[in-house]
Amino acid sequence: MRVRIFISLKEGVLDPQGKAVERSLHTLGYGEVQDVRMGKYIEVSLDAPSRQTAEGRIREMCDKLLANPVIEDYRFEISSE
Amino acid sequence: MHWGVVVFPGSCDEQDVHDCLKNVLGQRVEFLWHKDRLNGDFDCVVLPGGFSYGDYLRAGAMARFSPIMQGVIDFAHNGGLVLGICNGFQILCQSGLLPGALTRNTHLQFICRQVYLRLEETETPFTCAGKKGQLLRLPVKHGEGCYYADPATLERLRKNRQILLRYVDNKGKTSEPANPNGSLDHIAGVCNEGRNVFGLMPHPEDAGEKILGSEDGLKIFSSIIEACGHREQKAWPS
Repeated sequence: MRVRIFISLKEGVLDPQGKAVERSLHTLGYGEVQDVRMGKYIEVSLDAPSRQTAEGRIREMCDKLLANPVIEDYRFEISSE
Repeated sequence: MHWGVVVFPGSCDEQDVHDCLKNVLGQRVEFLWHKDRLNGDFDCVVLPGGFSYGDYLRAGAMARFSPIMQGVIDFAHNGGLVLGICNGFQILCQSGLLPGALTRNTHLQFICRQVYLRLEETETPFTCAGKKGQLLRLPVKHGEGCYYADPATLERLRKNRQILLRYVDNKGKTSEPANPNGSLDHIAGVCNEGRNVFGLMPHPEDAGEKILGSEDGLKIFSSIIEACGHREQKAWPS
């Protein structure tokens, strides 16, 4: 299975990188852009007997290492490649 | 007293800590390799600054799972003194030994300069040799030192008097320009509820001799030495 994990900063946590990118986009003339938030994207392949097991394992990995629950949220998508 | 200084791949301030403790303060110091277990009668374990495991993923994220850190976490839970400086502070937050997290400096730049800090609490083993409100001049050098905690955690930190250092100007006042990284509530260092784990972004080990521009860092180390001397007699109020 192939899993795509998206990690983003929680609402309320400052995102200075996102702000800098937003300012650059405005400078380039994309004034319609708002609320730019930067995050992380991680892809992993794993073997699991079922989708449910894979979900449990991925959630564990995110809670333990991949995301910091103090400042980050995560979500993931599993595809059967 | 007996000090351990942890060395992770990517640590870069362990020699400075070792030098300050051994050559300036005449302490017994040992390096502890990240792959080893924590064995020995240590009084205080220091997690030094640097970029452990390249700071990949997040600063301090991987170091917490090293064999030595499992021992350091147990040591802290048993009341052992743990001091985390810069990257060491980030590791302590990632390990759950300290509340909150350290994020990118709000101005996105790496900073390397002297700052003024106000000593907010002296009833801890890390600050007992100082005076409340005293100013310390220490260097900072980091890109991810912006302290963050959610509102409930911040309230708890204030109530339990866990904020030990704040960034201030040379008059001892907090202000936006005096806050080098955008830290919440100007926080430069916090301790845990048990008051035996302390993390700070500034570097006391780089302010241990006149030739380095300041000796104020010795205040932190001599507090720990003093506290260890009194340990049997005194319990730290939380």
